Amino acid sequence: MPRRNATDGDVQVVNVSKRFGGAPALAEVSVTIRRGEIHALVGENGAGKSTLGKIISGVHSPDLGEILVNGESVNFRSPRDAMDRGIVTIAQELAVVPYLSVEENVFLGAEPRRWGFVRRREMRRRYKELVNRVGFRLPASQMAGSLVTADQQKLEILRALSRDASTIIMDEPSAALSMHEVYALHGVIRSLTASGRTVILISHFLSEVLDLADTITILRDGRVIRSGPANQETENSLIEGMLGRSLGQAFPDKQLAPSESPVLLEVNELCAPGVHDASLRVRAGEIVGLAGLVGSGRSEFASALFGASKVTSGTILIAGKDVTHHDPHQSLREGISLIPESRKEQGLLMGRPISENVSLANLNVLSRLGIVSPTRERNRVSIALENVRVKMASMRTPVSSLSGGNQQKVLFARTTLCEPRVLIADEPTRGVDVGSKRMIYDVLVEQAAAGLGVVVISSELEEVLGLAHRIIVMRAGRFVAELTGEAMTQQAVLEAAFAETATAP
Amino acid sequence: MTEASNGVLNPTELDTANFSWRRFGGLWRTTGILIPFLVLFITLAIANGQFLTRQNLVVNILYLQAPILIIAAAGTLVLIAGGLDLSVAATFVLAEDVAAGVALHSNPIFAVILALLCGAVVGLVNGFVVAYLRINALIATLAMSFVVAGIAEVATNNTFYSLFDRPSLGKFATQDFLGAQSAIWIALVVVVILGLTLWRSTFGRYVFAAGGNAEAARLAGVRVSRVRITTFVLSGTAAALAGVISLAQTLTTTPYSNESSLAFTVLAGIVVGGTSIVGGDGSVTRTVIGTLFIALIQNGFDLLQFNTFYIPLVTGVILIVAVSLDVWLRQRRR
Repeated sequence: MPRRNATDGDVQVVNVSKRFGGAPALAEVSVTIRRGEIHALVGENGAGKSTLGKIISGVHSPDLGEILVNGESVNFRSPRDAMDRGIVTIAQELAVVPYLSVEENVFLGAEPRRWGFVRRREMRRRYKELVNRVGFRLPASQMAGSLVTADQQKLEILRALSRDASTIIMDEPSAALSMHEVYALHGVIRSLTASGRTVILISHFLSEVLDLADTITILRDGRVIRSGPANQETENSLIEGMLGRSLGQAFPDKQLAPSESPVLLEVNELCAPGVHDASLRVRAGEIVGLAGLVGSGRSEFASALFGASKVTSGTILIAGKDVTHHDPHQSLREGISLIPESRKEQGLLMGRPISENVSLANLNVLSRLGIVSPTRERNRVSIALENVRVKMASMRTPVSSLSGGNQQKVLFARTTLCEPRVLIADEPTRGVDVGSKRMIYDVLVEQAAAGLGVVVISSELEEVLGLAHRIIVMRAGRFVAELTGEAMTQQAVLEAAFAETATAP
Repeated sequence: MTEASNGVLNPTELDTANFSWRRFGGLWRTTGILIPFLVLFITLAIANGQFLTRQNLVVNILYLQAPILIIAAAGTLVLIAGGLDLSVAATFVLAEDVAAGVALHSNPIFAVILALLCGAVVGLVNGFVVAYLRINALIATLAMSFVVAGIAEVATNNTFYSLFDRPSLGKFATQDFLGAQSAIWIALVVVVILGLTLWRSTFGRYVFAAGGNAEAARLAGVRVSRVRITTFVLSGTAAALAGVISLAQTLTTTPYSNESSLAFTVLAGIVVGGTSIVGGDGSVTRTVIGTLFIALIQNGFDLLQFNTFYIPLVTGVILIVAVSLDVWLRQRRR
């Protein structure tokens, strides 16, 4: 049986180094994580924060150095060993069994049983006890697969707590959550530490880190830059620590919103799955931000515009031409491009070369009689890649070898090759490191300056506020507010996004 | 070498931990079965004097493998596009029956064309069921193989044709040209055309995209359903062509029960060659090598007078090794 740590629950990392195939991932890292604190690990992608988390939780073992729990040196050979010491990870990719109920998932592998049969009543009793102890609840008999992401995460937390976890490592817990789910999660995290548990938080949302953490450790290139109380840090000091330089301005200067330029995109009373009665005009050179909670219909609106889902009523005009019932193939030809929400699932062919990913939507231009012209492809693709400043070894390497930010830029390169008139970017900086974000913003602003109509969808409020000339807030599939100029504030967007949702089921 | 010198290597952008694995994976994917194939080839050449004779290489191997190579080349496209065609054996038998039935009473060229059309129609139905009714390709083509075999049986009233009285169709496969029979030349042309299509054409790119990530392909403007249907039409037509060649080789039709394992023989060749079972990766060249590798094993058993009962066992083991390697490399690449 796992045991509870008695008094001193500190986890100490002492001079730990770790290499992967010659490349140092961690170099002489020392951190002390004190019992009952929320300890955040921040750094750019590849800085070593996830590796450190994995060493503490026994996924990797250090090449040099040691881990101390309660001042006692431990040698974890597997996550199981770490679990026996009360250290559990809630991974980025959740591991629930979809067709088992919540309680079955919570006690998976540790079911109360007799003669090989699960004692259901005993399990229910223990589940209730656990839920009462923890302070948040999930319906015990609901299928885990039907839970929203945030609830699946709670399920994993319950599972960890049912194993008497004293230290919980959370790797990007809020990355896939909507705003109000994030608030709920923060509540759960605070309640965990209130009951004496330690939370190690790996996150690239700096505002979240500053909001929650007691101690922040900054990593860069596998080294600890500093580890100290969170109240001595600011967003800027964290970024400086992570990058080794200051970021400069987070957003490019705003160009004046054009008022005389032609209307490129006109949407009239559009109804589609998840979208009700949406009307919108976007002028050449304009960036329109689409804000709202996850599930408010933003991505569905983008899908409908692009012809990826069926429009039930209303019209879509591109530069005056009706494109209402087009499929994606036709939309691209009429000049609408979409950067989809999830680049891995909807955007890229991960195993194929970078060049093929860029040219995919434009092969008809790059080929003659159905045969792709290698020179024409190479020339056009390399220009497109240069335009968006993709860093790579060779454009023939698989796109999976690129960092998240560069993968996203590959999608931008694809759209520039399409020469669209309207560009819809759905969560263009999700999972992208701080350094690449600014470059993606630059590309968006350049595209608008070149005369495109741009629609940016983002869950990061600062992003919408920093980029857009105009913000439209969606709620429950409808456009509920349009904000311009001085009215574009965080407060106003949040009010519009949240209004009534508290009472709605 | 050339890869590294062409671009500036930026170590931070490359996942160094997996880099050597990716290299090995890449090497396996390009040469893959080629090295075992060459080893087997050389071994057989040394072990048996008959192996390197024209009779053995051209007649025993290429001539007899021609129908299988044709089906496998088209099947490669189906597999890469994310599909699977189990109905090829039934289509093969249907095409034999149609060609034989028509050739008995009229022009053999007309018989060939009609048989190929039947194959194309079977492929079209397969593609429609898979792409628009969204039925899993394995189930859809399994069901279709019963339907097609049933049609063949009903249409022929379960009798077998022989064309010994009207052997002119035989020339379709046996006509000698530059030292090889027409069956081999037809297979070569099919393999080269399909190989080039996959390698260089826009359609080939769409095939890779449809199987690699269908949703991403759709959002990039690829008409995934059309692409998949086309691969099934190619596969059906190829199976019919193989049936016609087989008929021309033997001048008799075969019962479905004798050919029912054909789809699996073909699939084994494709997969041993290294084309991915889950789509998105593969090549016709590899399929040719994989198919010939299996043929070499059979040939080796014959020449060295081993007990041929062991052939299926050996083939099965090789298949498992090839698929395990594919799965393993896929996980490594993550």
